[in-house]
Amino acid sequence: MSIDMSQFHQVFFEECFEGLEAMESGLLNLDTGDIDSETINTIFRGAHSIKGGSGTFGFNEVADFTHVMETLLDEMRDGRRKVTQPAIDVLLGSVDCLRTMLASIQAEESVDSAAVEKYKTALEIELSGSSSEASTTASVTTQPLNENADSTIPEVIDEIETETDEQGWKIGFCPYLDLLKTGNDPVRMFRELAELGKYSVSVNTRDVPDFAKLDPEECNMSWALEVVGDIPLNDIQEIFNWVEGDCELDIQPLAKKAPKKAAPVAKQAEPESLAPSVEIESPKPALVAVPKEIISPPPKAEVQQSADNDPAKTGAKAASTIRVDTTKIDTLINMVGEVVITQSMLSLIGENFSMDKLPHLKRGLSQLERHIRDMQQSVMNIRMVPISFVFSRFPRLVHDISSKLGKKIDLKLIGESTEVDKAVVELISDPIVHLIRNSLDHGIEMPSDRVAAGKPETGTIELNAYHRGGHIVIEITDDGRGLDRNKLIKKAAEKGLIDENSPLTDKQAYELIFLPGFSTAESITDISGRGVGMDVVRRNIQSLGGNIEIISEYGKGTTISIHLPLTLAIIDGQSVAVGDEIYIVPLVSIKESINITENVLNKLAGKNETYKLRNQYIPVVRMHELFNVPANEKSNPGEGVIVVVERQGILCGLFVDELLGPQQVVVKSLETNYRRVQGVSGATILGDGSVALILDIPGLVRFSNRKPSTSFKPQESRNDSRSYH
Amino acid sequence: MIQEVITKAADHNQHHKELVKGAQYLSFTLDNEEYGVDILRVQEIRSWEPVSRIPNVPHYEKGVVNLRGSIVPIIDLREKLGIKFTEYTPLTVVVVLQAADGNKKTRTMGVVVDSVSDVINLDKTKIQDAPDFGEKASNEFINGLVSVNERMVILLDVDKLLKLEDLEDQEISEN
Repeated sequence: MSIDMSQFHQVFFEECFEGLEAMESGLLNLDTGDIDSETINTIFRGAHSIKGGSGTFGFNEVADFTHVMETLLDEMRDGRRKVTQPAIDVLLGSVDCLRTMLASIQAEESVDSAAVEKYKTALEIELSGSSSEASTTASVTTQPLNENADSTIPEVIDEIETETDEQGWKIGFCPYLDLLKTGNDPVRMFRELAELGKYSVSVNTRDVPDFAKLDPEECNMSWALEVVGDIPLNDIQEIFNWVEGDCELDIQPLAKKAPKKAAPVAKQAEPESLAPSVEIESPKPALVAVPKEIISPPPKAEVQQSADNDPAKTGAKAASTIRVDTTKIDTLINMVGEVVITQSMLSLIGENFSMDKLPHLKRGLSQLERHIRDMQQSVMNIRMVPISFVFSRFPRLVHDISSKLGKKIDLKLIGESTEVDKAVVELISDPIVHLIRNSLDHGIEMPSDRVAAGKPETGTIELNAYHRGGHIVIEITDDGRGLDRNKLIKKAAEKGLIDENSPLTDKQAYELIFLPGFSTAESITDISGRGVGMDVVRRNIQSLGGNIEIISEYGKGTTISIHLPLTLAIIDGQSVAVGDEIYIVPLVSIKESINITENVLNKLAGKNETYKLRNQYIPVVRMHELFNVPANEKSNPGEGVIVVVERQGILCGLFVDELLGPQQVVVKSLETNYRRVQGVSGATILGDGSVALILDIPGLVRFSNRKPSTSFKPQESRNDSRSYH
Repeated sequence: MIQEVITKAADHNQHHKELVKGAQYLSFTLDNEEYGVDILRVQEIRSWEPVSRIPNVPHYEKGVVNLRGSIVPIIDLREKLGIKFTEYTPLTVVVVLQAADGNKKTRTMGVVVDSVSDVINLDKTKIQDAPDFGEKASNEFINGLVSVNERMVILLDVDKLLKLEDLEDQEISEN
């Protein structure tokens, strides 16, 4: 029986997080007052699976916590409790708490039990808050169930009311043959029962066939169970919740006063139905207590230490898996099949080749090329995940913040199924969160202001994602107050960021908000307004190879659009020659390229060179000198090409020998086997199998624009006279 | 039954001991000196082919090559150990090694050597420490010396040998 459970942990955690997401979105959709039973059921199912799973894996803290949530949800589901806003808020908070708990368990850290206790108490308060109402309804609901029991009912109810510690339930449980096949395990259910109170079980094995005829997947036994204690009927029913319809179930209150006597009585009462009954030693508290002790949080220090010891392990865990649509894999497999067929065709031609087969060969090769291109595309596709991974967390964010700010906001999500590279998804989510917070806090006005401005009371924030020409565009639109151009300019001038009289286009004025330290908010809130955000947002997006734009109309609203490359693994590059070396310049950074001769360059302080690009002097970096590349015979040091590259509006010219042509390159990391190299962001493999370095344009631009005193020199000078070939 | 298990375990232990005691090394030459590296660290042996230079790194780091799709740096072992440089010939060989760095991550790197000689079986107990020449000669990469057929073989520590010097100036790097 000792299966290594840890191998299933990853899947369990994934499912839990999915369940939590489902619960969260369900809770957000839950309208107070109006109860949609389907929504509550969804939430309930999420909680129940998490409870079940965590119980199985021995994460008892999680199971206990979820149990409380589940109780609350169950009462809501049965309509015994009104769905109120405070209750929803407590549940949302608990979802968060549960998520933190699971995350720390996953990272093998100790759970922050203080926070857990806090929410647990909040839940319990919520539960007991209307307990009087709940308990009365509870007794009402139990009654009809008991009606078909014998005449002792009135007494039994008396029992419940008076002698609360001497009561319990008698359960007849007769599963259908295929109970086990539905994945239910009676033993687990009994164990849960045992946790509720003092419990005993007797099993009826009469129907078990001879060994030869026995089908081990069939459940031929039936049980008579007794649980003693102050247990609501609800809890019992809940345990059997999942086997409803797969069994005959009979739950009755324990008769008479003394439960100790009642037990044998019960057995005698149905001797015929449970004829050869076998007493089973109940696996109760004693057994259950042992795992609990093991799992209960071990000394904190120890846990932390072990986590510290192995940071790589936890780090790797987080980034290890990706869920892929099976159709994508099927497509890929089909394509591999095609390639194999084409390959065998080609090898057939090659085996006995004569010139008259040349057309065949050519056709085969072009087919192969097409297949491989398709295959490349579908492999890249596997890394693509729908952007809903990012978007799904925003309803919650908007809900929380808008209620905090007292604003009414409607969030619209469009294009959630747009697919983006997984790496992009991971990196884009923080910037978008920031932008949405901005829209919430600064964009959308207070309801009264909106009404005064003739707008609907409820503001709208629209999040839209779509593909456009090899890029993905994410737009965040709000119908709030928009950006005030004049205020922006005034503020920027105040801070000395620009000259007040400098003529700015609208676009340039809006760009001001991306300057570090810029904020027009009158007051700083804990949501936004400190002016550290937008420049970070822009930097993050640019580091992904994308850009960000603002369109705004004062009083009407703002649209912020983010353009991102679909994938980070393949970029469009321009290959340039420097001596015998070939370098790749990412195409997105290139503004223009100009053929020049050396004499158009102007020297600055006799050393640094600049080039006059129309009305602007831009610094020039000679790649030969920077990278110590020896000139080869054919290159004329006086002539070459200036590749003008741009980074955050700062220009810089790279002086190279010649342009070789644009091409798509697959980005490979230099750091896997080597290290980070200054001025180089990665490497790629060219058509002839050789390696070309991809230039790190931000780094080069920053280098070229920095003070001449600091140098970009190697630690040790290379001996350039040597031949490397 | 129990006896059987015990015998099995004993066999295993005996075998293990022999394995621990003996070791195989790949030997190669650099300017008439013979060196050896643990053969389990050797991934493959290739002939020299032109590399793509990496700008502004120590002179013994020759550049990177494409090894079946991954980018692998090539280090000139002569220069790394301070032996005088010679032109590469068609016989020049690149030994591709696997080195572990501090974080249990392995990196693949190639080292340029004059030629590969042999696989030698060694008794680990016969390995003696390298004599200390004081500060002048660096023996930090040397695991020990061993005598094979009256020739001295210098055993190198792959991990230390392939540890890359940290280049301090990271200012130009992003963020």
